[in-house]
Amino acid sequence: MSHTTMDEFATGARPGADDVPAAAAPGYWKSVGQRLARDPVTLAVTLVLIGILVITIGAPLVTSYDPFAGSVMTRLKPIGTPGHWLGTDETGRDLWTRLCYGGRMSLLAAIMPVSISLCLGGALGVFAGYAGGLVNTLIMRTMDVFYAFPSILLAIAICGILGNGLSNAILALAVVFIPPMVRVSETVTTQARQLDFVEAARASGTTTFQVIRYHVLANVLGPILVYATSLISVSIILSAGLSFLGLGVTPPQPEWGLMLNSLRQAIYVQPYVAALPGLMIFLTSMCFNLMSDGFRSAMDVRLSK
Amino acid sequence: MSETLELDPRDRGGPAQPMLRVEGLKKYFPIRGGLLNRTVATVQAVDDVSFLVHKGETLGIVGESGCGKSTTARLLMRLMEPDSGSVVFDGDAVGDLRGITVNEMRRQMQMVFQDSYSSLNPRMTMAESIAYAPRMHGLGRKEAYDRAESLLAQVGLNPRQYARRYPHELSGGQRQRVNIARALALEPRLVILDEAVAALDKSVEAQVLNLLGDLKEKFNLTYLFISHDLNVVEYMSDRVMVMYLGRVVETGPVAEIYRHPRHPYTRALFASKPTLDPDRRTTEMPLTGDPPNPINPPSGCRFRTRCAFAEAVCAEKAPALAAPLDGDYDEMSPHLVACHLPAAQRAMGVHHV
Amino acid sequence: MSDDPVLRVEDLNVRFRRRNVDVPAVNDASFSLRRGETLTILGESGSGKSVSLKALMGLLPSYAEITGKIWLNGTEILGLPAADLAKLRGGSVSMIFQEPMAALDPVYTIGEQIAETIVQHEGVDRRTAMKRALDLLEQVKIPSAARRLKNYPHEMSGGMRQRAMIALALACSPSVLLADEPTTALDVTVQIQILLLLRQLQEEFGMAIVFVTHDVGAAAEISDRIAVMYAGRFVESGTSREIIRSPQHPYTQGLLSSTVHGGMRGTKLVTIPGTPPNLAELPPGCAFAPRCRYTTEACRRPDIPVTVTETGAMARCVRVAEPVFA
Repeated sequence: MSHTTMDEFATGARPGADDVPAAAAPGYWKSVGQRLARDPVTLAVTLVLIGILVITIGAPLVTSYDPFAGSVMTRLKPIGTPGHWLGTDETGRDLWTRLCYGGRMSLLAAIMPVSISLCLGGALGVFAGYAGGLVNTLIMRTMDVFYAFPSILLAIAICGILGNGLSNAILALAVVFIPPMVRVSETVTTQARQLDFVEAARASGTTTFQVIRYHVLANVLGPILVYATSLISVSIILSAGLSFLGLGVTPPQPEWGLMLNSLRQAIYVQPYVAALPGLMIFLTSMCFNLMSDGFRSAMDVRLSK
Repeated sequence: MSETLELDPRDRGGPAQPMLRVEGLKKYFPIRGGLLNRTVATVQAVDDVSFLVHKGETLGIVGESGCGKSTTARLLMRLMEPDSGSVVFDGDAVGDLRGITVNEMRRQMQMVFQDSYSSLNPRMTMAESIAYAPRMHGLGRKEAYDRAESLLAQVGLNPRQYARRYPHELSGGQRQRVNIARALALEPRLVILDEAVAALDKSVEAQVLNLLGDLKEKFNLTYLFISHDLNVVEYMSDRVMVMYLGRVVETGPVAEIYRHPRHPYTRALFASKPTLDPDRRTTEMPLTGDPPNPINPPSGCRFRTRCAFAEAVCAEKAPALAAPLDGDYDEMSPHLVACHLPAAQRAMGVHHV
Repeated sequence: MSDDPVLRVEDLNVRFRRRNVDVPAVNDASFSLRRGETLTILGESGSGKSVSLKALMGLLPSYAEITGKIWLNGTEILGLPAADLAKLRGGSVSMIFQEPMAALDPVYTIGEQIAETIVQHEGVDRRTAMKRALDLLEQVKIPSAARRLKNYPHEMSGGMRQRAMIALALACSPSVLLADEPTTALDVTVQIQILLLLRQLQEEFGMAIVFVTHDVGAAAEISDRIAVMYAGRFVESGTSREIIRSPQHPYTQGLLSSTVHGGMRGTKLVTIPGTPPNLAELPPGCAFAPRCRYTTEACRRPDIPVTVTETGAMARCVRVAEPVFA
């Protein structure tokens, strides 16, 4: 069933038959926005993520405790303790405060590597995809070498070489994420490049840079961003994992992975409290994942009617 | 844009100099396979194709799938690099130091593709798509959009209605009109129409063919009209070139080719055309089997495997394009045929109107 | 050979209904077909010609609402349980498509697929079925049929696959063959071969063919009768001679004058203005009225008169019914 266009009057055969200017159709990104706004799941997870962002960035406003100050008197209080509604950790620090402040590090350590790999890997992938031929082979085979290692092992190895610390963890994860980012952007660019409108743009005698900027990028950015969003959900788990292993953020800095590690010993005393950092990691990761799914379906051009 | 041909400042050699002179164009595609990605076979997509396009004429290229007609178009636009061969645009060798660059050629030679949907950027409005090339070539934003709107009107789409539409909001015929406007945006002198009407419904196809005729007159265009549809090529072209498996088998003025086809393949092709007359239906198959695969085509004459006249000589060497063995030769638009055998050239074909 | 129609369709209606769409794709289509007869449904994209065919075959999605009556060999088949319908499919009625890869299974050889169909419908043993498959491939003129029996679909050329699909469709000697644009994707030299093959097979097997196409040339080559469809409705029908020589309906006239053929060189084509309508927003009255040059007030009223001549030719047009308007 092919649906044809709405107005059968408005054709060249009868110019001026209907001289009313057509309402401008919404631009592509605007229509994506409209579709996102109609998707309850994406809307909900976006709200949750905004909530998480607010409590982490605005941590001093939502809690009055010092994230570093503990007391032997208040060690390992259960959830619901007056004054410490999410309990306390093994050195008596307020857990709600630690979770709020910890989110800063966790989110930073998750989003930064993805952003770096998005810029570097995305550019490299688009370049490889558009150039094709030998350049493509060279870039893609190099990426394959990195692919040979499981991502977490590669991250651990790089961290091991560079030493621990937040910036090294970010760097390690960025290196891990570049190859998949290159591959995804290379694939979508290769597909876009073969489309007739890219050929038509090349045939109009404009420069390679102009063709990429006006025709290729606009059509590959969507899928690349979707992939980047889904990478964040992986990145949160990996960066927390590095911290858990002592390769990322160093104590006493609050960070969800690190907190999970230090509360590990208390799992028999206060299992619910010990599970809270893990819950945060899981929640954030899942939200990013669902959000990327929502983007993906909203960006699907084949408008389902 | 409305000057006559003689006054066009870009016309360099006068009307006698061909708009396009193509010589020895060749493109082989390697098929790679195996462990080491070695070339296991080659598709001889275009093999030693030479032709002229005169100023102001329409040259039709006709042939079945795999005959190399679309590859020829892409080679001319330099969307792919030819293995060998030269293209001379109005006296200037393209890509040659003493000639013009590929980009300079592209400003004077444009192309319309078959798929009206995929040849428009889905993220751009119609006006943006048309204005893109002029803007990139330095025309101001306002001027470029004015030109886009005027072109939309020229191709029969009300700019007030369509300038701000996106491709998915238009029908196939309307999109193809936009593609034609886009091709005209750089004020080209030669337009390659690669199966430009093939995907359209008949009623819409006729509208677009009429439009192409009008635009040709209005803008002094020269067309290279590529199609598999014999009737449409006959309607549109002044001269016709018939291709088979990457080679030209016959070329000449449209009336000559359609009334006295000399090559056995051309005759079979025309005889395969449905008659449009329920009382004179086709009763015999002009050819059996499919066109052979352009991977490793037959030696010598490529048609010999399906030709009823084939002799030993046909397998030995490839026939060159030459004047028909009994025909008279016209210097301006000669009738040329690539066939060894006088008997095959003389045989009568199945004939319909 | 009895004179009863093998296929009779009365007031076939197909509506696609989903949440926010309601598309009347086929409206009150009626026709009947005798043994050995070919009816071509001629129409442009979106005219509902393929939908009608799929409705006959029971191949439409579940949200398609089908009403009307369809008799196959005297039995009414619309509303039959799925199991009975499946038995008919490939048995009394079978279908060929534009793209043979859609009908052929890429993981089985041609021989296996044909034999499987024969085994399922006739219950013969595999050896007999394989032998029949070989016969069928020879009947559709596939060269070196015995070798081709062991070919997978992708190992064959386009025309060969089309022949293999026809052989598969003929496996159970159907009384009705439904052909959905089977020659559209083929090269012109192969197209004529397939058309001639279908004509010849029809003589041998005597099946009735419903041939759907947008190509007037193919229609002229194969049909006994032609029914022209526009916006989901038959606007004109008659023998192929009547339709091609003296079309009555302005749409048919426009379609024919838009079809380029030899001898039109140098003349301006007489075209139909505008684009085919959106089925979801059809005007009341004649759907062609917005593009028709003869439109009068009467054309916009809901009841468009149907004229039937003594030869059985039908036209749904105000102008044909009352020549005074002309």
